[in-house]
Order: sequence, then C-alpha cells, then structure tokens
Amino acid sequence: MLSDSVERIKQMVIKEFIQIFRDKRMKAIVFVIPLLQTMVFGYAVTMDVNNIPTAVYDLDRTYESRELVRRLTASGYFDILHLPASPDEVRDLLDRSRVTVAVQIDRGFSADLKRRIPTAVQVLVDGTDSNTGIVALDYANRIILKYARDLAPAGASPVRIDLRQRAWYNPELKSKNYNVPGVIAMVIMLTSLLLTSMAVVREREIGTMEQLMVTPLRPMELILGKTIPFAIIAFFDMVLVTVFGVLVFDIPIHGSLVLLPLSTAIYLLSILGIGLMISTVAKTQQQALMSTFLFYMPAVLLSGFMFPLENMPDIFQYLTYLNPLRYFLIIIRSLFLKGSGFGILWPQMAALLVIGIMVITLSAIRFRKRLQ
Amino acid sequence: MKFIRLKAIAKKELLQIIRDPLSLAMGFLMPVLLLFIFGYAISLDVDDLTTIVHDLDRSSLSRELVADLTASRYFKVVRSAGSPREIEEYLDAGRARLGLMIPGDFSRDIRAGRAAQLQVVVDGSDSNTATIALGYIAALSEIYARRISGVPLVPLIEVRPRVWYNPELKSRNFIVPGLIAVIMMVIAALLTSLCIAREWERGTMEQLIATPVTTPELILGKMAPYFLIGFIDMGLSITMATMLFGVPFKGSLFLLGIISAVFLFGGLSFGIIISIVTKSQLVSSQISVVATYLPAFLLSGFMFSISNMARPLQIMTRIVPARYFVAILKGLFLKGSTMRFLIVDATFLLIFAIVTFTVANRKFVKRIG
Repeated sequence: MLSDSVERIKQMVIKEFIQIFRDKRMKAIVFVIPLLQTMVFGYAVTMDVNNIPTAVYDLDRTYESRELVRRLTASGYFDILHLPASPDEVRDLLDRSRVTVAVQIDRGFSADLKRRIPTAVQVLVDGTDSNTGIVALDYANRIILKYARDLAPAGASPVRIDLRQRAWYNPELKSKNYNVPGVIAMVIMLTSLLLTSMAVVREREIGTMEQLMVTPLRPMELILGKTIPFAIIAFFDMVLVTVFGVLVFDIPIHGSLVLLPLSTAIYLLSILGIGLMISTVAKTQQQALMSTFLFYMPAVLLSGFMFPLENMPDIFQYLTYLNPLRYFLIIIRSLFLKGSGFGILWPQMAALLVIGIMVITLSAIRFRKRLQ
Repeated sequence: MKFIRLKAIAKKELLQIIRDPLSLAMGFLMPVLLLFIFGYAISLDVDDLTTIVHDLDRSSLSRELVADLTASRYFKVVRSAGSPREIEEYLDAGRARLGLMIPGDFSRDIRAGRAAQLQVVVDGSDSNTATIALGYIAALSEIYARRISGVPLVPLIEVRPRVWYNPELKSRNFIVPGLIAVIMMVIAALLTSLCIAREWERGTMEQLIATPVTTPELILGKMAPYFLIGFIDMGLSITMATMLFGVPFKGSLFLLGIISAVFLFGGLSFGIIISIVTKSQLVSSQISVVATYLPAFLLSGFMFSISNMARPLQIMTRIVPARYFVAILKGLFLKGSTMRFLIVDATFLLIFAIVTFTVANRKFVKRIG
C-alpha cells in the first residue's frame, strides 16, 4: 500500500516538473531570478555613506580654508563637485539635488583662527534623505573638530581615552556579508510562494483539477505531489545562491554545512504551507499573485532583513515572532558569519518547526476540505 | 481608432475586475498596508542599541561612564557582565550588539594622565548598525573625557549645521514620498501583467481577435480601468501621507497629477508588454516581480541612496523609471519644486511612457498561434 502511494506521488511530481518546465522560459527563470536578486541585494542595499556630493562655498580663500577643504576631500566621504560663487548658486545646487552637502566658510575664518577666537563653519545639508543627512553631518563634524584640535592642541582635554574598537563576525563591516545570506531566505520565499500558489490555482482555473480528482490520488498525495517539486526547486536555488555568494561575493561560511539544508527544510514547511493556504483562498491566478504579494511585502519588511527589529515599536516587534522569515534570517546569518552551532540556534529552529507544522497542518486540512 | 470600441473593451475589463472583488480589494489594501508599515513600523534611526558592559575597574570614574551610557537614548544596557566570556556569549546569541569592557586600570590611568583604554566589541554582521554604533560610542567617550577634565565644550571651530527641506531629519519624511512611487509601480505591474496572458490562457483571446477591435483600442481599453485604480491608490497614498503621517506637501497638486498620470501610463504599458510577450500568467508573474518590483524598490533611490551604490549599479538605475518618479515626488513633497526643476526627470518619464506604449502595440500580434 505504502509503495503504491509513493509511486503515485512520484508520478505526480514528475507530471508537475514536466508541466512547469514545458515552458522553457521557466528553466531560465528558476536560474536567473535568484542570481539577479543576489546581485542587486549584494550591491545595492547598503546604507554605507561615501562620496557624498558636496559643494564648497569658500569666501575666505586662505591657506586655512583650503586646508579644511583638503581634509574633507581626503576623508573619502565627501566628493567636492562644485565650487559655487554665490549663495544663490548654493541654493540652486541643493534645490536641484546636485549636491547633498554644502560647506560655507565665511570671510575672516583664518584671521579668527590665527587670533585663537572661536569661529564657525556652516554646513548645509539636504535633509530629504535623512539617513545620509545624519551621517554626513556626523562626518563633517568630526573632520572639522579634528582640525580645530590639531590647530590648538593646548585646548584639547588632558584626559585621553584610547578607544580600541573591534567588529566581530564581519571585521571589515561589509554590508554584502550581511545581505547576501539574507537573499537566500528571500529567494526561497518568493519563488516557492508564487510557484506553489499559482500552480494549484492554475489547475483549477483551466479545469484540470477535476481530472486530477478522478485519478486514484488521495488528497494527501495530491498535496505532497504539489509541494515536493517546489521544495526541490527551492533547495536548488538555495545551493545556487550559496555557491554564487561564496564564489562571486566572497561571503564566508563559518558554520556547519549540515545545519544549512536542515534549517532550510524546516523553513520550507512554513513557506510551502503558506503557499498552499493562498491556493485555497485564491480562485484565480490574479488573486494568487496579489495575495502572495500581500503576504510577502510585510513579511520581508518586518523580518529584520533590511530594517533592524529593535528599532520597531513593541507591537510590531511582537508581530515579528509570527514571521518564519525572522527566524530563518537569524539562523542563516549566524551560520554564515558567526559560525554558530545547534547549541545556539536551537531556539530559532524550534520556533520555525512549530510554526511550520502548524501552518502546513492547517493548510492541508483546508486544502482537503476544498477538494471534497 | 474608434472611441466606442475602446469604451466597450474598457467596460468589459472593468466588469471583469468588479467580478473579482478579492483582487480589487487587495489592490486598494496593498498601498494602505505598505504605507502603514513604513509609516509606523520602520525607522532608520538607530536607538536602544543592546549593550553589555564588563566593568573591571569598579571606580567612580568607570561608573560615571556607564551611567552616561545608560542615560543615553542610543544605548540600552542589558547586562553587567561578570566575565569577558559572558560578553562573547551575549554577542554570539544576538542578545547584545555591543560589548564594552572597562579595564581594571581605567581610573588609575586617567588620574595619572595616561591614555586610558576602553575596549569595544560590536557585532559586525549588520554592518550599517555597527558603523553607527561605533560612531555613537566614539562621540560618547569624547564628551565624557571633556567633561571629567573640565575642558569647555566649545571648540575652536564651531560647526553650524543647517538642514534644509527636512529640518528634523525624520526618516518618515524621506521614505514616504518615495514609497508612493514604489507602490504605483508594483500595483501597475501586478494588475496588468496578467491581464492579457489570462485571455490567452483561458482561450478568450480568440473571441477578442474575432472582433473588429484594433490593437491600440484593445491595449488602451485594457489599461483604462487599471489606470483608474492606480489613480485612486495614488490619491489614497497622498492623503495618508499628509493627513496621517504629517509629511509636508509643498509643491503643486496639479503638477503631481499630471506627472503621476504619465508615470502610471508608462508603468501600465510596461505590465502589458510583459503580459503580451509571455502569454502565460505563471511566467508573467515571475518576470513582473523582477522587472518592476525589485528595481523600483532597490534601485530607485527611494530608500537606498543611489550615490552610495557601486558604479555599474548607478548606471543601471538610469533605466529604472521609478528613479525619476521618486526624485520628482521627493521634490514635490519636501522641496516644493516647480516644473523648472522637475523638467528633466519628467521628460524621462514621458519618454518611458511613449516607448513602452509603442512597444506594447508593436509586440501584440492579433493572430492565433
């Protein structure tokens, strides 16, 4: 009996693969989409602020003012693109977003410095991009204060604190090391959700579901037959992104290569379950696509993928405990960067397993009901 | 082109949309949900960094430093560690992001006029937060050093910052206007990318082909109801942004209306192209995600500044229409830009709209097989 059942599921899986890949473009899609996502996320999602387009309005034109400008340039943070000649020009550059920062050094700057009279430098910041604005102000502040201290060492504080900083897990603080492992979680989620939900709904939409129901397939076998192929594709994508990340992006893997597929499998329980759930709600592929997105966007935004969870209001932080992506991101990042083992990651894996079993059971029950 | 045929197609499409109230509801729910999340849940400001402190000195000076740390809203001291090993455990488990170790000779060094050491370890996995955290710690120790040595806090050169357009540097004001562009692009793509492929899959395209309707009539007629939905979403988003989140709108609403119409027209035509080319809803959905949502979200500068990206990627953003719309929206909302400043970006959007509509017309072959 069991071998019959296995045989039926096998045939169903084969049918499903034939159906997906009959459209040759799907082969390319399964390959290209994960790689594209890795590239874009690896390179684009960075909050590092460098090469800030800057204008310098130097009314002083002395050795001291030029030295200050030189220090701004040398820091690598400021890219001095324009030397406006009037306040109107400064305003225009900021209005047109040609520069983000404008530094204005007033006449008398060097004279004040020579007489040791406190003087000022104006820093104008385009606050539209608040993150860049804050960071740019901070950099400008530090460079200018350092210059002031170098000019008047006597005024510096007698207490010296020597700050020894070290960044663990990602010593060079590269954002790609943080983002690329996360992409694995994202790719698996988007691809599996869309494929699972749309594949079931399509059968219903084009009327082939009835044909499946007259076969000896039992509901549970149908569910397995509909999910196993997408689990296989998800695994393939996971390996693809991992290899690509290690070879092209030079991402370190410090953790165990056994835990990676194991936790991926647990994570897939929830994702395939949600895909199946969507397929029981949606009647058309349009609905499946919309529902997938309606779930996917909040899930990504409230997962800690791009925006740290600690910064969210408490109520949203509690909400994230229901989000399988949250746990998988912690697991996958710890595996890659921290080399954490089962001893540290088991709470996340347990949570993921509980959510996964609940979701897949619920959707299997709903799915069976809809079949009958 | 006959208006009556165009109207008939638009009416048919509208009926089809209304008969699928679930999709329609989701089309309106999506912008509300996204704005809600971005407005309330997400902030780029880094506060409350979980910190573990290991104070080996236990002097009044070291306690004062810890008190400074606790009082600051940027740090949240979660534990006073008993051993260096504990710092390691907390960082490994992700229970703290920052570990501060005050060595046993901290106060002795300060009193003797030697440089006192402070050891800081930060969880570097999230490089962005880590960089900001290190900046905070450096600033905090600097202020601490100045205070305990009694040096006046006014330095020789004072930095006078002035922030334009968004004086309080609220990340909400920066994110929400750009988000509207992303929402429009996603809606345009999700709604239209299936609308032609669906007719092919269900076989109803043959019926349409048998009618005298011409290609531009068909495409414009199909787009009309989605255009309406897109515009309602736009109005919804702008109302929420200004009323609920208090994002200022300084520009002209009329200008916003016209430019949004152009952008929406381009976005919808783009969705239609995908639908025409793929003829399959499954393939369409996958392609529209990569071709519209990802670039609009990541490469438009709505949240991730284009000037910080790698050079090749910066060049790539030039072909992302959302990029121009994001710039326009930010200008209209925060800077009160007039047409004079927006003309370049608006021209790009117009070119995008014309090109996509032309391509959509060319690609659609009114023939079976």
